[in-house]
Amino acid sequence: MKIFTFSGGVHPPYRKELTKDQPIKRAAVPENLIIPLVQHIGAPCEPAVAVGDEVKEGQVIGKPRGFVSAPVHSPVSGTVKRVEKVLHPLGQHVLAVSIKRDEKEEISYMKPMGDSIEDLDSKAIVDRVMNAGIVGLGGATFPAHVKFSPPKEKPIDTFIINGCECEPYLSADHRLMLEKPRDIILGAQMIGKVLGVSRIIIAVETNKTNALEVLRESLDSMNTECMVTATKYPQGAEKVLIKALLNREVPSGGLPMDVGVVVSNVGTALAVCEAVRDGKPLIDRVVTVTGNGVKSSGNFLVKIGTPVSSLVEESGGLVGTLGKIVMGGPMMGIAQPNLDVPVIKGTSGILVLQEEKYMKEGYLPCIKCSFCVQVCPTSLLPSRLSIAAEAKNWKLAEEYGVNDCIECGSCSYVCPSKRPIVQFAKTAKLKLREIRARENK
Amino acid sequence: MEKENTTVILSTSPHIKSSETVSKIMLSVIITLLPAVAYSIYQFGLYTLFLYVVSGATCIVSEYVVVRLRKRPFTLNDFSAIITGILLVMVLPPRFPVYGVVLGAFVAIVIGKQIFGGLGYNIFNPALIGRAFLAATYPVHISSYILPRLGADALSVATPLARMKFDGIVTSIEPLFIGMVSGSTGETSAFLLIIGSLYLLIKKYIKWRIPAALFITVFVLGQIFHFINPTRYPQGLFHLFAGGLMIGGLYMATDMVTSPITKRGCMIFGVGIGALVIMIRIFGGLPEGVMYAILFMNAFVPLINRATKPRIFGTGSKNE
Repeated sequence: MKIFTFSGGVHPPYRKELTKDQPIKRAAVPENLIIPLVQHIGAPCEPAVAVGDEVKEGQVIGKPRGFVSAPVHSPVSGTVKRVEKVLHPLGQHVLAVSIKRDEKEEISYMKPMGDSIEDLDSKAIVDRVMNAGIVGLGGATFPAHVKFSPPKEKPIDTFIINGCECEPYLSADHRLMLEKPRDIILGAQMIGKVLGVSRIIIAVETNKTNALEVLRESLDSMNTECMVTATKYPQGAEKVLIKALLNREVPSGGLPMDVGVVVSNVGTALAVCEAVRDGKPLIDRVVTVTGNGVKSSGNFLVKIGTPVSSLVEESGGLVGTLGKIVMGGPMMGIAQPNLDVPVIKGTSGILVLQEEKYMKEGYLPCIKCSFCVQVCPTSLLPSRLSIAAEAKNWKLAEEYGVNDCIECGSCSYVCPSKRPIVQFAKTAKLKLREIRARENK
Repeated sequence: MEKENTTVILSTSPHIKSSETVSKIMLSVIITLLPAVAYSIYQFGLYTLFLYVVSGATCIVSEYVVVRLRKRPFTLNDFSAIITGILLVMVLPPRFPVYGVVLGAFVAIVIGKQIFGGLGYNIFNPALIGRAFLAATYPVHISSYILPRLGADALSVATPLARMKFDGIVTSIEPLFIGMVSGSTGETSAFLLIIGSLYLLIKKYIKWRIPAALFITVFVLGQIFHFINPTRYPQGLFHLFAGGLMIGGLYMATDMVTSPITKRGCMIFGVGIGALVIMIRIFGGLPEGVMYAILFMNAFVPLINRATKPRIFGTGSKNE
């Protein structure tokens, strides 16, 4: 068995044993759901409903504005209570629709299109993906229909389903591959048809061999194969994965399609399958709720818009002194200010960590140990870069390639001085964008 | 849910950190030095222990005073001042006067380290700055050596390198390796230094490319000169185990703060030091050149780092 990998990277404690053997459970649907109208990268949606409207499960409540956007659907049948700005998990305040669930359980899905790959029309699949509001479920939330419509001059030959799930703690994708292998493969083949690729690869890390077996048993087509990657972080980062599997490097500032590749998460493939075959829009997703801050960890099928607090309750409540609430994994996830934030399409996990000393400690000067240089998957010099950014020398940070940083956090993880290198990099990127905007004026 | 959650921590990702810390690394360096330190006390007597204590204490006090003057928090727990104190004594002759050690330790911390901004910012290895200062201030004391307790009778008080340089007499390898010759306090046992540094190598606390490149360069160049004139120049192995090469190559050239961060940079740095050591030993006016070789290359580290930036993913020629 050939194992594909990359140079650099880290081996944080994975802690997957907390949840990897926990079958996906349907989470209780709370009384009130808050559905932000921005759950994707791109133009925000405009509300399609008003306060007092009755909505059905699957009904459009947010209409996309422009091509790079994705509609938002009501995850439940109920009544619109409020349309107002709320705190979004990504940090800004955005317009959101609050829905009070009722007992009618009225459903309004789209028309099922069947699951015969030969009979499906590529254009119809893309339209369905768009109308179902599907975005990249790995966390990037880029509208899927845009990704599946590459320009003519960028031919795609390979489609990769990313089942690496290299983030510690998370096992939502792992469980999906175990429990719904056929649907994932079907979804992948639908996308493969749209892209016109000759090869579909499902990439799985060595720590999920049972998922690998299940997937291999379900494979029925010649153009679809599984490839095994090393258990190493950030193996699942798009650019890193493409390099490891195909030895192609996405050019600086470019996209996977520049090297003839499209990558999607396993959850995205499943969502595509359900949208096409069953007509179901993206109104729920699998979320790993884990960490030493909750009583019992698990994997849940969660309605979009479910507040984190409801999931924490479902997991037996908080234990210990609450330190951090993270949406996503521990390496790249985003710390949340409270438990009121809702689950959105990009939420792969809720990680609740008890307070630990290191969380509140400051950082020391760089001692040039070069640990960060050794782990950086994009061969940057994070040490130099962070020193440049710390001195607010944004241009120097740019020279050191800050815009090629994928923010995987490996450098900050290994840093003995505990320097927030990723934070420095993010700030530098932001400042450089501002500078460029000013120069262009 | 309850509203008591206002105390959650909102720092950015990653939310987990490895267990490596600056103090852990520095403490490891100290611990791995202890065998060689203990051996040196055995070899040269309690006066040596006294020097270690005085040097360490002076470093800590100097650091405390300067840090207070600079209105910065005092960071004894990074242990780096203690390392400087130990290393300084290790590279001085065993009977170096105590007032000289105090002065050297003060200079090492204040001029070698704190003037640049403290730990992480210094350009030169602080202990070597201290020694260089003392070499200029006490030229007689710095070259007065005594035989260690285990010293072989046949060997003179002059260091093997001095004998080679000034008398043309070559000492055999074995006494060098286990520390039976005269020399600086900590440099007499190559064996214990190697054992200690192995742990640091395994933990990646020292950048292995530096000692590797350095030792290979010294050996190869030494051997070349030996072939040219075997009666005048000793073998490559002699150069490896003589003088301060082991302690310099394993513990001072590898000082994290003052060595390059790139892989290729570490190679260049090591080769540069190695070549300079041989040049000084063979053509220079001094019998030993490890200290100046390291200090000289220290100055080039920023330049080396800049010149050896790795190719960033997705840029340059690799991309078709």
